[in-house]
Amino acid sequence: MSGRSSGPETPDKQPVVHETTQDPVNAPERTEDQKVSPTHAQESGGGSVPAELRAEDREPVQVARKKGMFGGSLGNDTSGYGGLDVPVLLPGAAERPYGSYFDEVVDALEAAAPEAFAAGLERVVVDRGELTLHVHRDHLQALVRPLRDDARLRFEVCTGVSGVHWPQQTGAELHAVYHFQSITHGVRRVRLEVTCPDDDPRIPSIVATYPTNDWHERETYDMFGIVFEGHPGLTRILMPDDWPGHPQRKDYPLGGIPVEYKGATIPAPDQRRSYT
Amino acid sequence: MATTNSTDEQVAGSPADEGAAYLDSTPTDLYAEGGPTSDPDGDAVFTAAGGDWDDIARDVAALGAERIVVNMGPQHPSTHGVLRLILELDGETVQEARAGIGYLHTGIEKNMEVRTWTQGTTFCTRMDYLTPIFNEAAYCLSVEKLLGITDQIPQRANDIRVLMMELNRIGSHLIAVATGGMELGATTVMTIGFRERERLLRFFEAVSGLRMNHAYVRPGGVAQDVLPEHLDQFEEELPLLRRGISELEKLLLESPVLKGRLVDVGYLSLASCMALGITGPILRSTGLPHDLRKAEPYCGYETYDFDVVTRRDMDAYSRLCIRLDEMWQSLRIAEQAIARLRASEGEPVMVADKKIAWPAQLSVGADGQGNSLDHIREIMGESMEALIHHFKLVTEGFRVPPGQAYAAVESPKGELGVHSVSDGGTRPYRVHFRDPSFTNLQAASALSEGGLVADVIVAVASIDPVMGGVDR
Repeated sequence: MSGRSSGPETPDKQPVVHETTQDPVNAPERTEDQKVSPTHAQESGGGSVPAELRAEDREPVQVARKKGMFGGSLGNDTSGYGGLDVPVLLPGAAERPYGSYFDEVVDALEAAAPEAFAAGLERVVVDRGELTLHVHRDHLQALVRPLRDDARLRFEVCTGVSGVHWPQQTGAELHAVYHFQSITHGVRRVRLEVTCPDDDPRIPSIVATYPTNDWHERETYDMFGIVFEGHPGLTRILMPDDWPGHPQRKDYPLGGIPVEYKGATIPAPDQRRSYT
Repeated sequence: MATTNSTDEQVAGSPADEGAAYLDSTPTDLYAEGGPTSDPDGDAVFTAAGGDWDDIARDVAALGAERIVVNMGPQHPSTHGVLRLILELDGETVQEARAGIGYLHTGIEKNMEVRTWTQGTTFCTRMDYLTPIFNEAAYCLSVEKLLGITDQIPQRANDIRVLMMELNRIGSHLIAVATGGMELGATTVMTIGFRERERLLRFFEAVSGLRMNHAYVRPGGVAQDVLPEHLDQFEEELPLLRRGISELEKLLLESPVLKGRLVDVGYLSLASCMALGITGPILRSTGLPHDLRKAEPYCGYETYDFDVVTRRDMDAYSRLCIRLDEMWQSLRIAEQAIARLRASEGEPVMVADKKIAWPAQLSVGADGQGNSLDHIREIMGESMEALIHHFKLVTEGFRVPPGQAYAAVESPKGELGVHSVSDGGTRPYRVHFRDPSFTNLQAASALSEGGLVADVIVAVASIDPVMGGVDR
């Protein structure tokens, strides 16, 4: 790599230690899915995720485990004692052909940005007639630029970023979901989903490519605490400037209401006994 | 309203120093409240709360500062609600304009997460309160996509949705034109606009029971049927509505005063629209015929006959023309929808799946909204199971398979997109509304910078932002 000396080879000299792009101290947390050996990463183009979709990627992705009093489907007990305990499984990676214009879009993106595509595309999901590309945050900026500029893609309009918080998905708790629309090619849509861990909530900003995301990223920062790095002015937009916390996160306390009856309290809406 | 002079242009011996000396020597009883004070940087701050504007103008002139920062709003009659514009002025010219929002943030998206999928319509209808049917329809389309029942929505339900949406579009455009006129001082425009909108609200009230915030479109269809008498009532008013809209056209389109204020004001090119994600009449005023009703039809819009209205001048006047013309197009669609509803009388307006559709068909009773007597007889007198089913469906709701979906409709203001995420439960895990007002308002700076301060009002009115939708 870049650490190799460019001068004439001297056999008695110790070889220069290879510099590595890895920074184990500051490296973000990776989920089990994202963890790969350095050799594997180098084979796949220097990224931190494998280029080949592995068989287990096609399985549905479990993002949480739902528990509740009601809704257990085993047996016909609706008393509430049956209990609900099911995994939340989101659709897994799709297999080719994806159908509709999806193959064309994915191929065009691969042709336009082969390196970022190989390194940064984690999963292609086709669900309910919609195309979702799961993208690693390190390669987001390199992938959205051709998404806008390449003639075969031409997704001119970004219709914003929406945050989703999955507190149980360790290492990828915060999701930023971008929607893009191409007017040039009829109305085509593609969704990019980027995750970041809770203890390192950083995602590169795409405002430089899509200026419309200025306010959208501020809103997602305000509501979820995702820090969009490189945003020209990442401040709160809907909540007051000095507001503590990020209200749309699932761990944001909703508070209960004390009532004038022997110290009773109306519990917060997410803690009430309810169907979930 | 507060004005501040900026220090960066002050030099020793300039009139600014005299002004500062004047301020120091002046007791603080100049104004009804407060008086000249100073902000942390030492710049003079004038608080205008009552009193005469001329007094402030005189004092600012005495300061000698050319660049002043004006906070327009959040309580200002011409900012469409609680929009705050921070304008940096050089004389009468706007150097920099920024929009401050969030004053109407009510946490609707968060609230929807602790209610059932059906109850979500009751919340989202209150977002952009001038386009309630669109909020509901976009939300319901996304829920139906998640459920995978988009194809099962009865034809009649789709026709009702189209009728309601198009009448709502007229109502929203009427308000846009009316308040736009009012902000320019033309109160007649306002009274005509609101008078005509009243005809639409009467129809909405007859059909849904509510003038605004209907919660009428539900996942799976609509809450109750449109009866022939509702259509009769509306068709009686239709000629009057037509006359009202043409009255507005006659009043506005060739008025030299209005043209003087609107033509070539609030310019935004196609490239800027694309970069800023602008949709709706502003985008169509650049000549691009982008309309989701044609480009990505939903609710059966592909079967209706209508035109996409465009203009090419990219200014506030062409946006006004587009809004007026779109009202006629909406009437065209509404007439086709009414004809279809007359033909499909008695057909279902909810999906057949009884695990999604609420069992009761409410009807209009003597006291306005009434119960369905047949249904009450059934659940109270005949079938215990029907009662249990009704109870479970209303209190618990239906489960939606895990996943995410994005559905968009062409609201009067542009693309209204809904991103819903389900974790398989009876409540939305996350619903995000991409409100067109929110995105379009980002263009306020581009539309008004370099223009005159009076043109800011025109430019913002041509965006037609509704803060309920911007702040949600």
